Amino acid sequence: MNGIGASPPRPDGFAKVSGAARYLDDLSLPGMWHGATLRSPHAHARIRSIAWDAALAPDGAVCVTVGDLPGPNGVQLIDDGWPILAGAFTHHVGEPVALVAAPTRLAAQQALQAFTVTYEPLDAVLSLEAAEALPPLYQLGMDSGDVDAALARADLVVEGEYRTGHQEHIYIECNGMIASYAEDGALTVLGSMQCPYYVQKALTHALGLADEQVRVRATTVGGGFGGKEDFPSAIALHAALLARACGRPVKLVYDRHEDIVCTSKRHPTLVRHRTGVTRDGRLAALDIEILMDGGAYTTLSSVVLSRALLHSFGPYRCADVRIRARALRTHTAPNSAFRGFGAPQVEFAIERQMDRIAHRLGLDPLEIRLRNAVAPGDRLPTGQILDAGTSALPCLEEVARRTRFRERRQELEAARARRAAEGDEDQNGAEPRRGIGLSLYFHGAGFTGNGERMMKSPVTARLLPDGRIEVLTAMTDMGQGCSAVFPQIAAAAGGLLPEDVTFAEPDTAEVPDSGPTVASRTTMIVGGLIARVTAALRDRVLEGLPGHTVRDGWIESPAGRVERFRDAARRLRAEHGPVELTLRHEPPAWQTFDETTYRGAAYPTYAWGADVVEVEVDPDTLAVRPLQVTAVCEVGRAIHPTLCAGQIEGGTLQALGWALLEEMKLEDGRYLNDRLATYVIPTILDSPRIDVHLLESHRDGGGPFGGPFGAKGVGELPMDGGAPAVAQAIENATGIGVPAIPATPERLLAWQRAGQTPGGVR
Amino acid sequence: MIALSPRSLDEAVRHLADDPALVPVAGCTDLMVRGPEALHRMDRVLDLLGLPELRGICAVSEGLEIGAATTFTEIRHSAAIRAAFPALTAAAEQVGGWQIQNRGTLGGNLANASPAGDSLPVLLALDATVILAGPAGQREVRMDGFHTGYRKTALAPGEILVRIRLPHPPAGTVQAFRKVGTREAQAISKVVVALAGHVEGGRIAGIRLAAGSVAATPVRLRAAEAAILGSSPGLVTAERAGRTAAREVQPIDDVRSTADYRRFALERVVRRMVLGLT
Repeated sequence: MNGIGASPPRPDGFAKVSGAARYLDDLSLPGMWHGATLRSPHAHARIRSIAWDAALAPDGAVCVTVGDLPGPNGVQLIDDGWPILAGAFTHHVGEPVALVAAPTRLAAQQALQAFTVTYEPLDAVLSLEAAEALPPLYQLGMDSGDVDAALARADLVVEGEYRTGHQEHIYIECNGMIASYAEDGALTVLGSMQCPYYVQKALTHALGLADEQVRVRATTVGGGFGGKEDFPSAIALHAALLARACGRPVKLVYDRHEDIVCTSKRHPTLVRHRTGVTRDGRLAALDIEILMDGGAYTTLSSVVLSRALLHSFGPYRCADVRIRARALRTHTAPNSAFRGFGAPQVEFAIERQMDRIAHRLGLDPLEIRLRNAVAPGDRLPTGQILDAGTSALPCLEEVARRTRFRERRQELEAARARRAAEGDEDQNGAEPRRGIGLSLYFHGAGFTGNGERMMKSPVTARLLPDGRIEVLTAMTDMGQGCSAVFPQIAAAAGGLLPEDVTFAEPDTAEVPDSGPTVASRTTMIVGGLIARVTAALRDRVLEGLPGHTVRDGWIESPAGRVERFRDAARRLRAEHGPVELTLRHEPPAWQTFDETTYRGAAYPTYAWGADVVEVEVDPDTLAVRPLQVTAVCEVGRAIHPTLCAGQIEGGTLQALGWALLEEMKLEDGRYLNDRLATYVIPTILDSPRIDVHLLESHRDGGGPFGGPFGAKGVGELPMDGGAPAVAQAIENATGIGVPAIPATPERLLAWQRAGQTPGGVR
Repeated sequence: MIALSPRSLDEAVRHLADDPALVPVAGCTDLMVRGPEALHRMDRVLDLLGLPELRGICAVSEGLEIGAATTFTEIRHSAAIRAAFPALTAAAEQVGGWQIQNRGTLGGNLANASPAGDSLPVLLALDATVILAGPAGQREVRMDGFHTGYRKTALAPGEILVRIRLPHPPAGTVQAFRKVGTREAQAISKVVVALAGHVEGGRIAGIRLAAGSVAATPVRLRAAEAAILGSSPGLVTAERAGRTAAREVQPIDDVRSTADYRRFALERVVRRMVLGLT
């Protein structure tokens, strides 16, 4: 019994559901003041002057403007091109221009009135179309084979253009930070974040402090979804600048409106496909152009674009491929990390393109995918040879079997044909029109390319005086459940009981930089390190006991149980003093990737999935209601099946919200849907029944790469499948083509009137 | 913030006469979403929720009277309303979510005067009368004269909305309600429609149609009513009603929907409702 595959209660669960958990905004430090942010009302403007009238500011409020920065005006991420405060120009609505701190939150809000800013508005670039002709923030390309020749040889060339919109994370807990300086000038920052070391690096870079002078501690995180990957660094800097200015701790917490106005969103994306196919429906050439709206600053757009490029061909075989990808600059808030990190947008596009090809060839959506899906030993367009755990076909076959996809689709097609043949279908029925749709998807687990090789993430384990093993990582549990999964991994790897292992809180003063909590890497990469380092520390305790092992918390000799592991560990700790080990992640040697040509193994492994969605569409309002989702996902191995299925349910629902409801309209660069009353996400009544079936390739030997016990990253995978499946289901129900999401009733009406069909515009 | 909690309607009217800047409030569901700054500016409120004159659902000779401070949850659970005015029950079930229904009141929905208020087309279709109280005593306003412009009402300064009276509908009246929201719950209407009508001798003998979110105020669809009054029910009549309704409204593009879609959905929903008249 090693606990892998069991689903123990999550250790943070009771505190969260009972209200006992303390989030950043529940915390208060003695003498703490509150911060507020003055933001640009213009998408693009020259800032002529900023004046502060202290007489208008209540309660001794203090201000910070760009001239007060002690160091470079940049939030350090991949580069530092993202300003901490707008300088001579503002490049998006909501850009921070100045900061205030005051004794209360209300006083801080009121103190914003003490500023007078003179702006000179300038022309703004506000759409992908307008930005396309201008220099991009970043661009990438990949070539495999000879696309032009393959297109010329193809029996049929199909073109398509597919769009996806902004998506806001809507973590339950908005972004927030508390910064405080000690008398010796050391800075401590508390906050809600995914990446404590990103925040620390941003603080040391901009404030000119040494690493040991800056301590960053993650508080209980109420959801992240990528929205707490880069933005916390900016808020931490703002809070620290205010704390420095007023000589007190400062809390800076956004309310929902401010959080939506200024924090990052999923990149709106336009993908153009030109695909050559053979008469029997095999892909002969893929010519792909990706345009992503990066917003005003690059932030993480370069790496989002990279992941987008590497997922744009879908889980399909094709030798002749050309991809051109650009992140474009617009005068809107920077778009950045969001669960899936560029993959959901491009997988929506390739799946829609596959459906269009199937429609042109008279194939059904299952057949076109069965004919093209990759299998073990196939090459991706990057040249990567796929491992034994490549599970596109098993997922597809299993989801089709469970849902009787082909039969059900024929029934629904027949019903639609019958309604059409009977003339006015509306006379008989207000009953909704049913439709079914299917998608196939994959997600590269861990950092893209050489990211993990460069990071060489460390994890530390040490013996506590009581004989328990303490494991130290920088990972934060934002709800995904690593605080439940990590102890399972450590206990299983060490032969220990869960109570023999404890985990340190993410605090840069205590834990090593095991990297950010992103990229579906937490279980697979850091979990793998936890397994190795725990086993290594166990072996250290077993030194001098050849032939002994540890099982269920007991040291065993070939003759039987010798003593409790904790007793031996306690003795070793007492005799030797601190016993500590640090191991670093080392990607498998065969995983090499060329960052200039985009050739090689971009990811050590991939997780796979196939969704079938059944919807009904109201004949009077065109409102789409998803009724049932069946998701079959191959995750290597589910360490904690309940949490794993929960990730897939949650990600699927988030994908359906993006596909159907969540629309961010802009006017002059300002988000119009900037409150939860207007930015609409699914409620429980909008949620379909979601059946999750986990496939686990570790049973078949996994692949050349093994996460702990064969586990692959799963957090982002389910975000890739929901949208294209629901789009196909709407087409099946209505006959209206769906080239973009969100597929709101307003857009369905417009597409119907414009003659959009599943095969393209009529 | 100062909140006055009067114990009687007279006391409430006196407070309002003394201090015209007092904001009368009940469930506060429309106020809380205006955001912290708006709430900070609103420094004096008059709490109507405890006034006995504004509570309760009671039968009167002409029909039923509903206190203005009756919550949507109370309306949902009222057997008397369900029996006589099922369209109002249906509207109460679809306002916000359960938490909103527990706090939000029928009078608040009226006084807030949003063109998207879910109960308002129902009150128009059911030919409600609104009873107001002020320093000069009580007066009555017909529902179709209550909303005078975008977020404007017939309430004079110093007046409080007390009760809503619904007359007994003619025997055989069919009622219908349809909310087209942005999602299944906690949604603001893109289009909201109500119908009350009855058929006698194979002809539509009475019809009131009303809609919200298609003009600056909730509106009676008088042209559509006129187009089908006296006609025999059926598909031709229903389609005429829908087409006429779509022509007589002035919807706009906004953050929730488009003018085109609102006309489309209104036409389809009116048509579907009139098809249900038998």
